[in-house]
Amino acid sequence: MAGPMRIRAAEKDGIVEVRVLMSHPMETGQRKDSSGNPIPAHHISALTAKHNDKVVLTAEMSGSVSTNPYLAFKFKGGAKGDKVSVSWVDNKGESRTDEVQIS
Amino acid sequence: MNEKRRDVLKAISGAGIFGALISAGIVTPAMVYAADERKIFAAKTLDEAFAALGTPKPAESADITITAPDIAENGAVVPVGVASKIAKTEQVAILVEKNPNMVAATFTFGENTLPDLQTRIKMGQTSDVLAVVKADGKFYMARKEVKVTLGGCGG
Repeated sequence: MAGPMRIRAAEKDGIVEVRVLMSHPMETGQRKDSSGNPIPAHHISALTAKHNDKVVLTAEMSGSVSTNPYLAFKFKGGAKGDKVSVSWVDNKGESRTDEVQIS
Repeated sequence: MNEKRRDVLKAISGAGIFGALISAGIVTPAMVYAADERKIFAAKTLDEAFAALGTPKPAESADITITAPDIAENGAVVPVGVASKIAKTEQVAILVEKNPNMVAATFTFGENTLPDLQTRIKMGQTSDVLAVVKADGKFYMARKEVKVTLGGCGG
């Protein structure tokens, strides 16, 4: 089961920079294990980031995103103390949501 | 089943709705897997990828900046940043020309989100990395070659 995301959200001069480190194996489905059997694909397929309840970024991902995906982005209009939440769902239907306050 | 899958595909145009569908139990994990055979991620040639994005080959634009190393020692973790100065940039797709499936990820921005992001991708071998930007309904692209000394997709 996937561990928690590490999220940092810092406001400076009216711009909030969000950095997210997800915990996920991101298997492409192209690799084989030591006995030659294919390892099934297991990767985050969709991600949504929200500022309070407003969507600021959505992403769709394939297995070509690195293991334990990192994502950094910026948005305007956030204030210290506001909530930033990030949710993802993977191709096996597992999902996870974590949130932080803007610092 | 096919009819249903089409509905699901329509529904995931908003990723948020996708999550809601799962928590509501409307989408079962098996269907999620099916949904990930999305055309865009199945693309194996640039033309297929552009077609899945809904554009002919986009014009190259100097207003898109790709930040990536010239030489990546480890193809499993290649830091890539894309920034666009094109007004009304609404979507960015990151493609790796020589990966088995070209499209690594697509990002869609909210109205207050700056078109400037960084992530990390896998590269199987030395290849051009492409950023395709959708701005005000039009498509643009930029490319940058990244040399890979150790591939990220091997067993």
